[in-house]
Amino acid sequence: MQATQPAAPPRPAAQDEFVPISQLPQTEQVPAAPLLIGAYAIVWIVLAVYLWTLWRRFARAEQDLKTLASRLPPAR
Amino acid sequence: MLNRLFVPALVVGFALVTTAPLLIAAAPFEATMGLVQKIFYFHFPAWMVMFLATAVCGLASAHYLVTRSPAADHTAVAAAELAIVFGLIGLTTGPLWGRKAWGVYWQWDARLTSALVLWLIFVAHSLLRRFGGPGSERLAAGVALFGMANVPFVYWSVNLWRTVHPKASVVRTLDPSMRPALYWSLVGFLVMFAALMAARMRLEALRASIDEAYLSAEDL
Repeated sequence: MQATQPAAPPRPAAQDEFVPISQLPQTEQVPAAPLLIGAYAIVWIVLAVYLWTLWRRFARAEQDLKTLASRLPPAR
Repeated sequence: MLNRLFVPALVVGFALVTTAPLLIAAAPFEATMGLVQKIFYFHFPAWMVMFLATAVCGLASAHYLVTRSPAADHTAVAAAELAIVFGLIGLTTGPLWGRKAWGVYWQWDARLTSALVLWLIFVAHSLLRRFGGPGSERLAAGVALFGMANVPFVYWSVNLWRTVHPKASVVRTLDPSMRPALYWSLVGFLVMFAALMAARMRLEALRASIDEAYLSAEDL
């Protein structure tokens, strides 16, 4: 004959009593929204910085073209 | 200066990526990961575009090794740079997802490590082209072929080895309600890649013609 396990007492509702726990559940420890927004911001920042570097390199190439044109002898 | 496709493609690409959050917000939450799983909608497209860039770079490099075509070389240089840009997006958005899903930003497992190595190969390619001097084109082309050959290992690493990363099958089996956000974002990234690729190739061709003109001017 098996001994029957006593049923665990029902956990009190948070309204009736605060139940302490030693560690936060995983889902409570790291909020997801800042990570999601951060990830989207990274997409924009990386693309914007790359576009800016591209624009600067085009500007430098144009400057080189102007320098080159000034070095060449005038066409007759 | 830029070719005619660049500006419209860039505008369309930015419009798609800007509006993607509307579809991402409308997509349902994933059962176990919740909100943070939505990083997937730009993490996955970034990696797909990175893989595409590595393929373009590898194929153009192979073409360059056979034909010595300057256009192929310009394509390879442009694609390698974009592989770094989109790889950087993938490598930074992934750890933000991992922080919530795994509790840590980084794990030295097969998928994450092989993806980092792949990215570093293309960083090495660009450094080689930048500082390698004359003749570095052929060496860089070899590095690009090696990088392209790594892509299948990175992609299937989640199926071949035990990793913490979601398996490749999550995309194939994606719930229909999650697909519009993913496809919208993917198309946005692809259009953006096409626009940036056109601009970067144009810049490379321009630089090459300036170098040639300088050499000709010195001979005068």
